[in-house]
Amino acid sequence: MSLFTFFTRHAGEIWQAVGEHAWLVGAAVIIAVALGVPLGVVVARKGWLAKPVLGAANIAETIPSLALFGFLLPVPWLGARADRLAITALALYALLPIVRNTAAGIAGVDPAVRESARAMGMTPRQLLFQVELPLALPTVVAGVRVATVLAIGIATIAAAIGAGGLGEFIFRGLAMVSNPLILAGAIPAAVLAIAADALLGFIERRLRPAR
Amino acid sequence: MPPSGNAAPSDTPVIEFRQAGYALPSGPTLLRDLSLTVRRGETLVLLGRSGAGKTTALKLINRLLDATAGEVRVEGRPVAEWDAIALRRRIGYVVQEVGLFPHFTIERNIALVPRLEGWPEQRIRARVVELFDLVGLDAHGFSPRYPHELSGGQRQRVGVARALAADPPILLMDEPFGALDPLTRGEIQEEFRALQQRLGKTIVLVTHDVGEALLLGARIALLEAGKLTGVYSPKEFLRSAEPVASAYAAHRRALEREQESP
Repeated sequence: MSLFTFFTRHAGEIWQAVGEHAWLVGAAVIIAVALGVPLGVVVARKGWLAKPVLGAANIAETIPSLALFGFLLPVPWLGARADRLAITALALYALLPIVRNTAAGIAGVDPAVRESARAMGMTPRQLLFQVELPLALPTVVAGVRVATVLAIGIATIAAAIGAGGLGEFIFRGLAMVSNPLILAGAIPAAVLAIAADALLGFIERRLRPAR
Repeated sequence: MPPSGNAAPSDTPVIEFRQAGYALPSGPTLLRDLSLTVRRGETLVLLGRSGAGKTTALKLINRLLDATAGEVRVEGRPVAEWDAIALRRRIGYVVQEVGLFPHFTIERNIALVPRLEGWPEQRIRARVVELFDLVGLDAHGFSPRYPHELSGGQRQRVGVARALAADPPILLMDEPFGALDPLTRGEIQEEFRALQQRLGKTIVLVTHDVGEALLLGARIALLEAGKLTGVYSPKEFLRSAEPVASAYAAHRRALEREQESP
């Protein structure tokens, strides 16, 4: 059976898996942004926090994904639902690039700009929301882009704990030694990653000021 | 342009340094025992070489730095007792790097302080047009543009307009014209001198350029290695026997001689 006929015959299932995959990644990235951007701001403000926070996020990054899914399985509320667990684990992976880029983006604001903002009598809040965050935004989006692509790849492993997504095809294909089945998971996952990368890259370029 | 204070310098002290000093948390003292008074409506120049403590002294006024010894008073009140935000909104600030917000249009940059102060939009718009006129830029052409689209001289004019926006009685300037090419610098200095006389602001200007100090300063405070060595009128400065001042004056004369003999 050719790859093409396999894809057309199973189009419904593949689309469903793409949907599940996008849901896992989307929810994880949103959570990671909600946590990572404030954390990045705190890290940029308090220099001494940079090492412990980035260190912890770095460690989370080095845990093999299959092991992390396994570790989280016995955790009471998390382990109850596979997608909940997968989203948590993916959010942990997505956190580092977002925290790091937010902190770097804020640290990269021209000191003369920051100083004149203070000298004009901006409150720390106004400085953050009107100056620092808008200027850091392209760098933050670059972090979200890296995090998203990373999460799309790792989310294929989530099928191992029954969270669904494109990994289902890959694991089934490996078990059945069926290349079309593996590719039915791998190709859409790759396309998804490339599409997310291109879209977020486009947004990032649009935000970057011509300077 | 509503007048803010009388145009003629008076004896009322607006800014007072009382044995003010500043030391870095790590130890080194950048400024020691500075006692100096700036009168209403005058332009006082802080002159000295790099590292003399000029910028440090300037930043003690608007609390970008807090004095670690002595005190600084603005309008009779110690700055430590002022709310830092309220204090800074009364003090315009212009620096060499200008520090315009790259993501704001020129209009938004200039209107920054009035917007923070919550002026009605109508008044802000009128004020911005007035300011463009004041610093010699075309309001219509420049409003929607971004700082990176402007030349250095134009950016510096915008920086001055932004500092004057809410009509603060005090203006602090740190090497404001230092990054400009000599021709543009000369032009803007002359224009600024005219502006100075019209507005009657109390100005503290930091520079290492004797020519600028003599052109713009009513009095020149000479700083050397974190200490005040003297305060002079431009005439006194050129005749002073104090070693640093006379070195500056000699340098100035040498430059003039060079310009005269081709």
